[in-house]
Amino acid sequence: MQLYLPIAEVSVNAFVLLGLGGVIGVLSGMFGVGGGFLITPLLMMIGVPPGVAVATGANQVVASSISGALAQFKRRAVDLPMGAVLTGGGLVGSTLGGYVFDLMSRLGQTDVFVQLSYVLFLGLIGAMMLVESVNSLRRTGKARIKRAHVHSWVHRMPFKMKFRASGLYISVIPPLLVGAAVGFLSAIMGVGGGFVMVPAMIYLLGMPTKVVVGTSLFQITFVTGYTTLVHAVTHHTVDMMLALLLIIGGVIGAQIGARVGVRLKAEQLRILLSILVLAVAVKIGFDLLLTPAELYSVTRVES
Amino acid sequence: MKRWLLALCLMVLPVQAEEIVSGVSQSGVSITTNFDGASILVYGAALREAPAPTWPLMEVIITVEGPSTPLVIRKKDHVAGIWLNRGAVKITAAPSFYAVASTKPVADILLPAEDAKYHITIPQTIDPAAAPSAEQTPYIEALQRIRQASGSFVLAPDSVLLLRQALFRTDISLPANLVEGPYMVRIFLTRGGEVVDMQESQIDVQKAGLERTLYRLAMEQPLIYGLLSLLMAMVAGWGAQELFKRLRI
Repeated sequence: MQLYLPIAEVSVNAFVLLGLGGVIGVLSGMFGVGGGFLITPLLMMIGVPPGVAVATGANQVVASSISGALAQFKRRAVDLPMGAVLTGGGLVGSTLGGYVFDLMSRLGQTDVFVQLSYVLFLGLIGAMMLVESVNSLRRTGKARIKRAHVHSWVHRMPFKMKFRASGLYISVIPPLLVGAAVGFLSAIMGVGGGFVMVPAMIYLLGMPTKVVVGTSLFQITFVTGYTTLVHAVTHHTVDMMLALLLIIGGVIGAQIGARVGVRLKAEQLRILLSILVLAVAVKIGFDLLLTPAELYSVTRVES
Repeated sequence: MKRWLLALCLMVLPVQAEEIVSGVSQSGVSITTNFDGASILVYGAALREAPAPTWPLMEVIITVEGPSTPLVIRKKDHVAGIWLNRGAVKITAAPSFYAVASTKPVADILLPAEDAKYHITIPQTIDPAAAPSAEQTPYIEALQRIRQASGSFVLAPDSVLLLRQALFRTDISLPANLVEGPYMVRIFLTRGGEVVDMQESQIDVQKAGLERTLYRLAMEQPLIYGLLSLLMAMVAGWGAQELFKRLRI
Protein backbone atom coordinates (compact mmCIF):
# COMPACT_ATOMS: atom_id res chain seq x y z
CA MET A 1 0.00 0.00 0.00
CA GLN A 2 1.59 3.24 -1.16
CA LEU A 3 1.31 6.26 1.10
CA TYR A 4 2.08 9.87 0.18
CA LEU A 5 3.95 11.70 2.95
CA PRO A 6 2.81 15.34 3.20
CA ILE A 7 6.07 16.91 4.41
CA ALA A 8 8.65 14.58 2.85
CA GLU A 9 6.67 14.79 -0.44
CA VAL A 10 7.47 11.25 -1.43
CA SER A 11 5.32 8.17 -1.78
CA VAL A 12 6.46 5.11 0.17
CA ASN A 13 5.09 1.70 1.05
CA ALA A 14 3.19 1.81 4.36
CA PHE A 15 4.24 -1.71 5.35
CA VAL A 16 7.92 -0.93 4.84
CA LEU A 17 7.55 1.93 7.31
CA LEU A 18 5.64 -0.22 9.82
CA GLY A 19 8.32 -2.92 9.61
CA LEU A 20 11.12 -0.39 9.93
CA GLY A 21 9.48 1.08 13.03
CA GLY A 22 9.01 -2.40 14.47
CA VAL A 23 12.64 -3.41 14.08
CA ILE A 24 13.84 -0.14 15.61
CA GLY A 25 11.33 -0.60 18.45
CA VAL A 26 12.64 -4.06 19.31
CA LEU A 27 16.20 -2.70 19.50
CA SER A 28 15.03 0.24 21.57
CA GLY A 29 13.34 -1.99 24.12
CA MET A 30 16.24 -4.44 24.28
CA PHE A 31 19.22 -2.12 24.48
CA GLY A 32 17.85 1.14 25.80
CA VAL A 33 18.91 2.97 22.67
CA GLY A 34 16.44 5.12 20.77
CA GLY A 35 17.46 3.60 17.45
CA GLY A 36 17.98 6.96 15.79
CA PHE A 37 21.40 5.89 14.54
CA LEU A 38 19.61 3.25 12.47
CA ILE A 39 16.40 5.01 11.52
CA THR A 40 17.95 8.17 10.10
CA PRO A 41 20.21 6.39 7.56
CA LEU A 42 17.43 3.87 6.74
CA LEU A 43 14.87 6.59 6.01
CA MET A 44 17.36 8.37 3.77
CA MET A 45 17.94 5.06 1.97
CA ILE A 46 14.22 4.73 1.08
CA GLY A 47 14.19 8.24 -0.38
CA VAL A 48 13.11 10.50 2.49
CA PRO A 49 15.01 13.84 2.34
CA PRO A 50 17.80 14.01 5.00
CA GLY A 51 16.24 16.92 6.91
CA VAL A 52 12.89 15.14 7.23
CA ALA A 53 14.61 11.86 8.13
CA VAL A 54 16.51 13.50 11.00
CA ALA A 55 13.51 15.39 12.43
CA THR A 56 10.95 12.61 12.02
CA GLY A 57 13.41 10.03 13.33
CA ALA A 58 13.66 12.11 16.50
CA ASN A 59 9.86 12.16 16.80
CA GLN A 60 9.69 8.38 16.43
CA VAL A 61 12.40 7.93 19.04
CA VAL A 62 10.24 9.93 21.52
CA ALA A 63 7.47 7.35 21.24
CA SER A 64 9.61 4.23 21.37
CA SER A 65 11.74 5.52 24.22
CA ILE A 66 8.78 6.72 26.30
CA SER A 67 7.23 3.30 25.85
CA GLY A 68 10.47 1.62 26.90
CA ALA A 69 11.08 4.11 29.71
CA LEU A 70 7.64 3.39 31.20
CA ALA A 71 8.30 -0.34 31.08
CA GLN A 72 11.60 0.20 32.90
CA PHE A 73 10.01 2.66 35.33
CA LYS A 74 7.56 0.03 36.53
CA ARG A 75 10.53 -2.18 37.31
CA ARG A 76 12.14 0.71 39.27
CA ALA A 77 15.06 0.65 36.83
CA VAL A 78 15.14 4.44 36.31
CA ASP A 79 17.39 6.71 38.34
CA LEU A 80 15.25 9.86 38.23
CA PRO A 81 17.71 12.42 39.70
CA MET A 82 20.44 11.12 37.40
CA GLY A 83 18.05 11.27 34.44
CA ALA A 84 17.17 14.87 35.27
CA VAL A 85 20.83 15.93 35.51
CA LEU A 86 21.66 14.18 32.21
CA THR A 87 18.64 15.79 30.52
CA GLY A 88 19.71 19.25 31.73
CA GLY A 89 23.10 18.79 30.14
CA GLY A 90 21.51 17.26 27.05
CA LEU A 91 19.31 20.27 26.30
CA VAL A 92 22.31 22.62 26.42
CA GLY A 93 24.43 20.31 24.25
CA SER A 94 21.66 19.79 21.72
CA THR A 95 21.16 23.55 21.31
CA LEU A 96 24.89 24.02 20.69
CA GLY A 97 24.92 21.11 18.24
CA GLY A 98 22.07 22.71 16.31
CA TYR A 99 24.21 25.79 15.67
CA VAL A 100 27.14 23.68 14.44
CA PHE A 101 24.80 21.72 12.17
CA ASP A 102 23.47 24.92 10.62
CA LEU A 103 27.04 26.12 10.06
CA MET A 104 27.93 22.87 8.28
CA SER A 105 24.90 23.02 6.02
CA ARG A 106 25.87 26.56 5.04
CA LEU A 107 29.28 25.20 4.06
CA GLY A 108 27.59 22.47 1.98
CA GLN A 109 29.29 19.63 3.83
CA THR A 110 26.37 18.29 5.89
CA ASP A 111 26.28 14.80 4.42
CA VAL A 112 30.01 14.16 4.67
CA PHE A 113 30.09 15.74 8.13
CA VAL A 114 27.21 13.53 9.30
CA GLN A 115 28.76 10.44 7.72
CA LEU A 116 32.16 11.12 9.28
CA SER A 117 30.68 11.61 12.74
CA TYR A 118 28.71 8.37 12.31
CA VAL A 119 31.80 6.40 11.36
CA LEU A 120 33.95 7.99 14.04
CA PHE A 121 31.58 7.73 17.00
CA LEU A 122 29.78 4.52 16.11
CA GLY A 123 33.08 2.85 15.22
CA LEU A 124 34.87 3.97 18.35
CA ILE A 125 32.07 3.17 20.76
CA GLY A 126 31.12 -0.07 19.03
CA ALA A 127 34.70 -1.33 19.17
CA MET A 128 35.14 -0.29 22.81
CA MET A 129 31.94 -2.01 23.85
CA LEU A 130 32.70 -5.16 21.92
CA VAL A 131 36.17 -5.57 23.41
CA GLU A 132 34.96 -4.84 26.92
CA SER A 133 31.92 -7.09 26.86
CA VAL A 134 33.75 -10.00 25.23
CA ASN A 135 36.39 -9.72 27.98
CA SER A 136 33.81 -9.62 30.74
CA LEU A 137 31.93 -12.55 29.23
CA ARG A 138 35.18 -14.56 29.29
CA ARG A 139 35.74 -13.61 32.92
CA THR A 140 32.37 -14.98 34.03
CA GLY A 141 32.78 -18.50 35.30
CA LYS A 142 36.09 -17.62 36.84
CA ALA A 143 35.94 -16.24 40.32
CA ARG A 144 36.10 -12.48 40.24
CA ILE A 145 36.13 -9.70 42.76
CA LYS A 146 33.03 -7.64 42.24
CA ARG A 147 33.20 -3.99 43.05
CA ALA A 148 30.32 -1.62 42.56
CA HIS A 149 32.55 0.79 40.69
CA VAL A 150 36.10 1.98 40.46
CA HIS A 151 37.04 5.22 42.14
CA SER A 152 38.53 7.60 39.63
CA TRP A 153 38.79 11.30 38.81
CA VAL A 154 35.01 11.29 38.43
CA HIS A 155 34.67 10.92 42.17
CA ARG A 156 36.97 13.74 43.17
CA MET A 157 34.93 16.64 41.84
CA PRO A 158 32.83 19.14 43.79
CA PHE A 159 28.97 19.46 43.92
CA LYS A 160 28.47 15.88 45.00
CA MET A 161 24.99 14.45 44.88
CA LYS A 162 23.47 11.18 46.00
CA PHE A 163 22.01 8.99 43.23
CA ARG A 164 20.27 6.36 45.32
CA ALA A 165 19.05 4.05 42.55
CA SER A 166 22.53 3.90 41.06
CA GLY A 167 24.19 3.57 44.44
CA LEU A 168 26.46 6.49 43.56
CA TYR A 169 27.64 9.55 45.46
CA ILE A 170 29.36 11.62 42.78
CA SER A 171 29.68 15.18 41.54
CA VAL A 172 26.97 16.44 39.16
CA ILE A 173 29.64 17.76 36.77
CA PRO A 174 30.45 14.44 35.00
CA PRO A 175 26.78 13.54 34.31
CA LEU A 176 26.13 17.11 33.14
CA LEU A 177 29.09 16.88 30.75
CA VAL A 178 28.06 13.44 29.53
CA GLY A 179 24.52 14.71 28.95
CA ALA A 180 25.79 17.78 27.08
CA ALA A 181 28.20 15.76 24.91
CA VAL A 182 25.44 13.31 24.00
CA GLY A 183 23.00 16.15 23.30
CA PHE A 184 25.57 17.80 21.06
CA LEU A 185 26.21 14.60 19.10
CA SER A 186 22.52 13.88 18.82
CA ALA A 187 21.78 17.25 17.25
CA ILE A 188 24.66 16.83 14.79
CA MET A 189 23.91 13.25 13.85
CA GLY A 190 20.14 13.38 14.20
CA VAL A 191 20.04 10.59 16.77
CA GLY A 192 18.84 10.16 20.35
CA GLY A 193 22.34 9.34 21.53
CA GLY A 194 21.59 6.16 23.51
CA PHE A 195 24.49 4.33 21.90
CA VAL A 196 26.85 6.93 23.38
CA MET A 197 24.89 7.36 26.59
CA VAL A 198 24.74 3.71 27.61
CA PRO A 199 28.51 3.07 27.52
CA ALA A 200 29.23 6.50 29.03
CA MET A 201 26.98 5.67 31.99
CA ILE A 202 28.58 2.28 32.51
CA TYR A 203 32.23 3.11 31.97
CA LEU A 204 32.46 6.81 32.82
CA LEU A 205 29.91 7.25 35.59
CA GLY A 206 30.11 3.72 36.91
CA MET A 207 26.35 3.20 37.02
CA PRO A 208 25.04 -0.35 37.51
CA THR A 209 23.78 -1.95 34.28
CA LYS A 210 20.28 -2.54 35.69
CA VAL A 211 19.44 1.19 35.87
CA VAL A 212 21.40 2.22 32.78
CA VAL A 213 18.78 1.22 30.19
CA GLY A 214 15.86 2.87 31.99
CA THR A 215 17.74 6.07 32.82
CA SER A 216 19.11 6.41 29.31
CA LEU A 217 15.60 5.97 27.85
CA PHE A 218 14.34 8.62 30.27
CA GLN A 219 16.97 11.11 29.09
CA ILE A 220 16.45 10.21 25.41
CA THR A 221 12.71 10.88 25.68
CA PHE A 222 13.31 14.45 26.78
CA VAL A 223 16.24 15.29 24.51
CA THR A 224 14.58 13.91 21.35
CA GLY A 225 11.30 15.61 22.30
CA TYR A 226 13.20 18.88 22.44
CA THR A 227 14.97 18.14 19.15
CA THR A 228 11.62 17.36 17.47
CA LEU A 229 10.16 20.69 18.58
CA VAL A 230 13.22 22.65 17.44
CA HIS A 231 13.13 20.99 14.00
CA ALA A 232 9.36 21.49 13.65
CA VAL A 233 9.61 25.18 14.47
CA THR A 234 12.80 26.15 12.63
CA HIS A 235 12.93 23.80 9.62
CA HIS A 236 9.30 22.50 9.24
CA THR A 237 10.72 19.03 8.64
CA VAL A 238 8.70 16.79 11.01
CA ASP A 239 6.43 14.52 8.95
CA MET A 240 3.58 13.42 11.20
CA MET A 241 2.28 10.81 8.79
CA LEU A 242 5.70 9.22 8.50
CA ALA A 243 6.18 9.44 12.27
CA LEU A 244 2.79 7.82 12.97
CA LEU A 245 3.59 4.72 10.93
CA LEU A 246 7.07 4.37 12.40
CA ILE A 247 5.59 4.84 15.86
CA ILE A 248 2.88 2.20 15.45
CA GLY A 249 5.53 -0.30 14.42
CA GLY A 250 7.93 1.06 17.03
CA VAL A 251 5.80 0.95 20.18
CA ILE A 252 4.82 -2.64 19.54
CA GLY A 253 8.44 -3.54 18.83
CA ALA A 254 9.63 -1.79 22.00
CA GLN A 255 7.36 -3.90 24.19
CA ILE A 256 8.61 -7.08 22.58
CA GLY A 257 12.21 -5.87 22.88
CA ALA A 258 11.88 -5.09 26.59
CA ARG A 259 10.66 -8.62 27.24
CA VAL A 260 13.42 -10.23 25.16
CA GLY A 261 15.99 -7.99 26.86
CA VAL A 262 15.31 -9.25 30.40
CA ARG A 263 15.95 -12.83 29.28
CA LEU A 264 19.44 -12.04 27.97
CA LYS A 265 22.58 -11.46 30.00
CA ALA A 266 23.88 -7.91 30.19
CA GLU A 267 27.12 -8.92 28.46
CA GLN A 268 25.27 -10.66 25.65
CA LEU A 269 23.12 -7.57 25.18
CA ARG A 270 26.19 -5.37 24.98
CA ILE A 271 27.92 -7.66 22.47
CA LEU A 272 24.84 -7.63 20.24
CA LEU A 273 24.50 -3.87 20.47
CA SER A 274 28.18 -3.32 19.76
CA ILE A 275 28.03 -5.56 16.68
CA LEU A 276 25.03 -3.62 15.40
CA VAL A 277 26.72 -0.28 16.04
CA LEU A 278 29.90 -1.46 14.29
CA ALA A 279 27.94 -2.76 11.31
CA VAL A 280 26.35 0.65 10.74
CA ALA A 281 29.76 2.35 11.11
CA VAL A 282 31.34 -0.02 8.57
CA LYS A 283 28.49 0.45 6.08
CA ILE A 284 28.71 4.24 6.25
CA GLY A 285 32.51 4.06 6.20
CA PHE A 286 32.41 2.11 2.93
CA ASP A 287 30.15 4.76 1.44
CA LEU A 288 32.85 7.33 2.16
CA LEU A 289 35.73 5.20 0.85
CA LEU A 290 34.32 3.51 -2.24
CA THR A 291 33.95 5.39 -5.49
CA PRO A 292 30.31 6.47 -5.61
CA ALA A 293 28.25 5.38 -8.61
CA GLU A 294 27.10 8.97 -9.06
CA LEU A 295 29.60 11.70 -8.22
CA TYR A 296 27.03 14.45 -8.38
CA SER A 297 24.16 15.16 -6.04
CA VAL A 298 21.23 17.54 -6.29
CA THR A 299 19.86 19.47 -3.31
CA ARG A 300 16.78 21.63 -3.40
CA VAL A 301 17.40 24.92 -1.62
CA GLU A 302 14.84 27.24 -0.11
CA SER A 303 14.26 30.25 -2.29
CA MET B 1 -11.15 44.07 -49.22
CA LYS B 2 -10.34 42.79 -45.77
CA ARG B 3 -11.20 39.30 -46.81
CA TRP B 4 -8.83 39.56 -49.75
CA LEU B 5 -6.07 40.78 -47.49
CA LEU B 6 -6.63 37.89 -45.13
CA ALA B 7 -6.53 35.43 -47.96
CA LEU B 8 -3.33 37.02 -49.17
CA CYS B 9 -1.83 36.72 -45.72
CA LEU B 10 -2.82 33.07 -45.55
CA MET B 11 -1.10 32.47 -48.87
CA VAL B 12 2.06 34.32 -47.95
CA LEU B 13 2.22 32.89 -44.45
CA PRO B 14 0.83 29.41 -44.72
CA VAL B 15 2.29 28.57 -41.29
CA GLN B 16 -0.28 30.86 -39.67
CA ALA B 17 -3.13 28.87 -41.08
CA GLU B 18 -3.00 26.10 -38.51
CA GLU B 19 -4.37 26.49 -35.05
CA ILE B 20 -4.37 24.09 -32.13
CA VAL B 21 -7.62 23.04 -30.53
CA SER B 22 -6.82 20.93 -27.51
CA GLY B 23 -7.92 19.59 -24.20
CA VAL B 24 -6.40 18.03 -21.11
CA SER B 25 -8.15 15.17 -19.31
CA GLN B 26 -8.15 17.04 -16.02
CA SER B 27 -7.58 20.58 -14.83
CA GLY B 28 -6.20 19.54 -11.45
CA VAL B 29 -4.46 16.74 -9.61
CA SER B 30 -5.22 16.17 -5.93
CA ILE B 31 -2.49 14.64 -3.82
CA THR B 32 -4.32 12.52 -1.29
CA THR B 33 -2.96 10.05 1.27
CA ASN B 34 -2.86 7.15 -1.16
CA PHE B 35 -1.57 9.24 -4.10
CA ASP B 36 0.60 7.07 -6.29
CA GLY B 37 1.19 9.26 -9.30
CA ALA B 38 -1.30 10.33 -11.94
CA SER B 39 -1.74 10.00 -15.66
CA ILE B 40 -2.97 12.89 -17.73
CA LEU B 41 -4.26 12.71 -21.26
CA VAL B 42 -3.47 15.58 -23.61
CA TYR B 43 -5.39 15.55 -26.89
CA GLY B 44 -6.24 17.91 -29.68
CA ALA B 45 -6.36 18.67 -33.36
CA ALA B 46 -4.94 21.12 -35.85
CA LEU B 47 -7.70 23.39 -37.10
CA ARG B 48 -7.21 24.53 -40.69
CA GLU B 49 -8.99 26.89 -42.96
CA ALA B 50 -7.19 25.55 -45.99
CA PRO B 51 -6.03 22.07 -46.90
CA ALA B 52 -2.87 21.04 -45.10
CA PRO B 53 0.37 21.53 -47.00
CA THR B 54 1.76 18.17 -48.01
CA TRP B 55 5.33 19.11 -47.18
CA PRO B 56 6.92 19.56 -44.64
CA LEU B 57 4.88 17.26 -42.44
CA MET B 58 3.24 18.47 -39.27
CA GLU B 59 4.79 17.24 -36.03
CA VAL B 60 3.65 17.69 -32.43
CA ILE B 61 5.67 18.31 -29.25
CA ILE B 62 3.92 18.35 -25.90
CA THR B 63 5.68 19.48 -22.72
CA VAL B 64 4.56 19.39 -19.10
CA GLU B 65 6.52 21.54 -16.68
CA GLY B 66 6.30 21.50 -12.88
CA PRO B 67 7.14 24.43 -10.59
CA SER B 68 10.76 25.56 -10.73
CA THR B 69 12.98 25.63 -7.64
CA PRO B 70 16.52 26.81 -6.99
CA LEU B 71 19.06 23.99 -6.66
CA VAL B 72 22.61 23.26 -5.66
CA ILE B 73 24.45 20.56 -7.60
CA ARG B 74 27.50 19.20 -5.81
CA LYS B 75 30.33 17.03 -7.05
CA LYS B 76 32.31 14.62 -4.91
CA ASP B 77 36.09 14.42 -5.20
CA HIS B 78 38.60 12.01 -3.77
CA VAL B 79 40.31 13.94 -0.96
CA ALA B 80 42.69 12.26 1.48
CA GLY B 81 41.18 8.85 0.82
CA ILE B 82 37.52 9.76 1.25
CA TRP B 83 34.89 11.21 -1.05
CA LEU B 84 34.08 14.79 -0.15
CA ASN B 85 31.81 17.35 -1.75
CA ARG B 86 34.16 19.77 -3.47
CA GLY B 87 32.64 21.56 -6.40
CA ALA B 88 29.20 23.13 -6.32
CA VAL B 89 27.06 24.91 -8.89
CA LYS B 90 23.98 26.93 -8.01
CA ILE B 91 21.03 26.82 -10.36
CA THR B 92 18.56 29.63 -9.84
CA ALA B 93 15.65 27.77 -11.42
CA ALA B 94 15.11 24.24 -12.67
CA PRO B 95 11.73 22.55 -13.08
CA SER B 96 10.88 19.98 -10.43
CA PHE B 97 9.22 17.94 -13.18
CA TYR B 98 9.58 18.13 -16.93
CA ALA B 99 8.26 15.84 -19.62
CA VAL B 100 8.74 16.15 -23.35
CA ALA B 101 6.52 13.98 -25.51
CA SER B 102 6.73 14.19 -29.28
CA THR B 103 5.85 12.46 -32.52
CA LYS B 104 9.53 12.01 -33.42
CA PRO B 105 12.81 12.66 -31.59
CA VAL B 106 12.76 16.39 -30.83
CA ALA B 107 16.10 17.05 -32.54
CA ASP B 108 14.56 15.95 -35.86
CA ILE B 109 11.48 18.14 -35.71
CA LEU B 110 12.66 21.32 -34.01
CA LEU B 111 15.30 23.84 -35.07
CA PRO B 112 17.76 24.90 -32.32
CA ALA B 113 16.79 28.53 -32.82
CA GLU B 114 13.14 27.72 -32.17
CA ASP B 115 14.12 25.66 -29.13
CA ALA B 116 16.07 28.62 -27.74
CA LYS B 117 13.08 30.87 -28.32
CA TYR B 118 10.43 28.65 -26.72
CA HIS B 119 12.61 26.73 -24.19
CA ILE B 120 11.26 23.34 -25.21
CA THR B 121 13.99 20.75 -24.56
CA ILE B 122 15.20 19.90 -21.05
CA PRO B 123 18.55 21.78 -21.20
CA GLN B 124 16.62 24.90 -22.27
CA THR B 125 14.48 24.80 -19.13
CA ILE B 126 17.39 24.69 -16.67
CA ASP B 127 18.36 28.22 -15.72
CA PRO B 128 16.76 29.67 -18.86
CA ALA B 129 18.07 33.16 -18.05
CA ALA B 130 21.79 32.29 -18.14
CA ALA B 131 23.85 30.28 -20.59
CA PRO B 132 25.96 27.66 -18.74
CA SER B 133 29.70 28.13 -18.66
CA ALA B 134 32.09 25.33 -19.62
CA GLU B 135 32.61 24.52 -15.93
CA GLN B 136 28.89 24.27 -15.26
CA THR B 137 28.11 21.96 -18.18
CA PRO B 138 29.05 18.64 -16.47
CA TYR B 139 26.94 19.65 -13.45
CA ILE B 140 23.92 20.42 -15.55
CA GLU B 141 24.36 17.16 -17.45
CA ALA B 142 24.50 15.36 -14.08
CA LEU B 143 21.27 17.07 -13.00
CA GLN B 144 19.55 15.80 -16.15
CA ARG B 145 20.97 12.30 -15.65
CA ILE B 146 19.85 12.14 -11.99
CA ARG B 147 16.39 13.54 -12.64
CA GLN B 148 15.86 11.29 -15.64
CA ALA B 149 16.83 8.27 -13.54
CA SER B 150 14.38 9.29 -10.81
CA GLY B 151 11.57 9.91 -13.30
CA SER B 152 11.37 13.65 -12.72
CA PHE B 153 12.61 14.41 -16.22
CA VAL B 154 10.89 12.39 -18.90
CA LEU B 155 11.86 12.13 -22.55
CA ALA B 156 9.22 10.38 -24.59
CA PRO B 157 9.90 10.63 -28.31
CA ASP B 158 7.38 8.79 -30.49
CA SER B 159 4.82 8.86 -27.69
CA VAL B 160 2.50 11.38 -29.34
CA LEU B 161 0.05 9.67 -31.62
CA LEU B 162 -0.73 11.73 -34.71
CA LEU B 163 -3.62 10.68 -36.93
CA ARG B 164 -4.05 11.89 -40.50
CA GLN B 165 -1.82 14.91 -39.88
CA ALA B 166 -4.58 16.42 -37.75
CA LEU B 167 -5.58 14.60 -34.58
CA PHE B 168 -3.08 13.97 -31.81
CA ARG B 169 -3.05 12.54 -28.33
CA THR B 170 -0.58 11.44 -25.67
CA ASP B 171 -0.56 10.15 -22.09
CA ILE B 172 1.85 11.73 -19.66
CA SER B 173 2.33 10.08 -16.31
CA LEU B 174 3.19 12.20 -13.31
CA PRO B 175 5.34 10.46 -10.65
CA ALA B 176 4.25 10.04 -7.02
CA ASN B 177 6.80 12.49 -5.64
CA LEU B 178 5.12 15.56 -7.10
CA VAL B 179 5.74 19.08 -5.87
CA GLU B 180 2.64 21.23 -5.36
CA GLY B 181 1.92 24.08 -7.72
CA PRO B 182 0.85 24.94 -11.26
CA TYR B 183 1.96 22.52 -13.99
CA MET B 184 2.13 24.09 -17.44
CA VAL B 185 1.11 22.00 -20.43
CA ARG B 186 2.38 23.33 -23.75
CA ILE B 187 1.55 21.99 -27.18
CA PHE B 188 3.70 22.92 -30.19
CA LEU B 189 2.93 22.22 -33.82
CA THR B 190 6.02 22.25 -35.99
CA ARG B 191 6.65 22.04 -39.71
CA GLY B 192 10.19 21.76 -41.04
CA GLY B 193 11.52 22.45 -37.55
CA GLU B 194 9.65 25.71 -37.14
CA VAL B 195 6.93 26.29 -34.59
CA VAL B 196 3.64 26.85 -36.39
CA ASP B 197 1.41 27.26 -33.37
CA MET B 198 1.65 26.94 -29.62
CA GLN B 199 -0.96 26.53 -26.96
CA GLU B 200 -0.64 26.61 -23.21
CA SER B 201 -2.85 25.34 -20.43
CA GLN B 202 -2.44 24.71 -16.74
CA ILE B 203 -2.98 21.81 -14.36
CA ASP B 204 -3.06 22.64 -10.65
CA VAL B 205 -1.43 20.03 -8.46
CA GLN B 206 -2.54 20.41 -4.86
CA LYS B 207 -2.45 18.43 -1.69
CA ALA B 208 -5.95 17.54 -0.54
CA GLY B 209 -7.66 16.35 2.62
CA LEU B 210 -5.43 15.23 5.47
CA GLU B 211 -2.28 15.87 3.42
CA ARG B 212 -3.27 19.49 3.02
CA THR B 213 -4.31 19.98 6.65
CA LEU B 214 -1.04 18.57 7.98
CA TYR B 215 1.10 20.47 5.50
CA ARG B 216 -0.54 23.81 6.24
CA LEU B 217 -0.40 23.27 9.99
CA ALA B 218 3.30 22.39 9.76
CA MET B 219 4.05 25.52 7.75
CA GLU B 220 1.71 28.02 9.40
CA GLN B 221 1.53 26.85 13.02
CA PRO B 222 4.85 25.04 13.49
CA LEU B 223 4.79 25.17 17.29
CA ILE B 224 1.30 23.68 17.54
CA TYR B 225 2.24 21.11 14.91
CA GLY B 226 5.42 20.19 16.80
CA LEU B 227 3.56 19.85 20.11
CA LEU B 228 0.91 17.76 18.38
CA SER B 229 3.62 15.46 16.97
CA LEU B 230 5.04 15.05 20.46
CA LEU B 231 1.61 14.43 21.95
CA MET B 232 0.94 11.76 19.34
CA ALA B 233 4.27 10.12 20.13
CA MET B 234 3.61 10.19 23.88
CA VAL B 235 0.06 8.87 23.61
CA ALA B 236 1.20 6.07 21.29
CA GLY B 237 4.09 5.16 23.59
CA TRP B 238 2.01 5.26 26.75
CA GLY B 239 -0.96 3.55 25.05
CA ALA B 240 1.17 0.63 23.93
CA GLN B 241 2.56 0.28 27.44
CA GLU B 242 -0.97 0.12 28.94
CA LEU B 243 -2.21 -2.21 26.22
CA PHE B 244 0.62 -4.67 26.74
CA LYS B 245 0.09 -4.52 30.51
CA ARG B 246 -3.57 -5.45 30.05
CA LEU B 247 -2.64 -8.25 27.69
CA ARG B 248 -0.03 -9.48 30.21
CA ILE B 249 2.26 -10.83 27.54
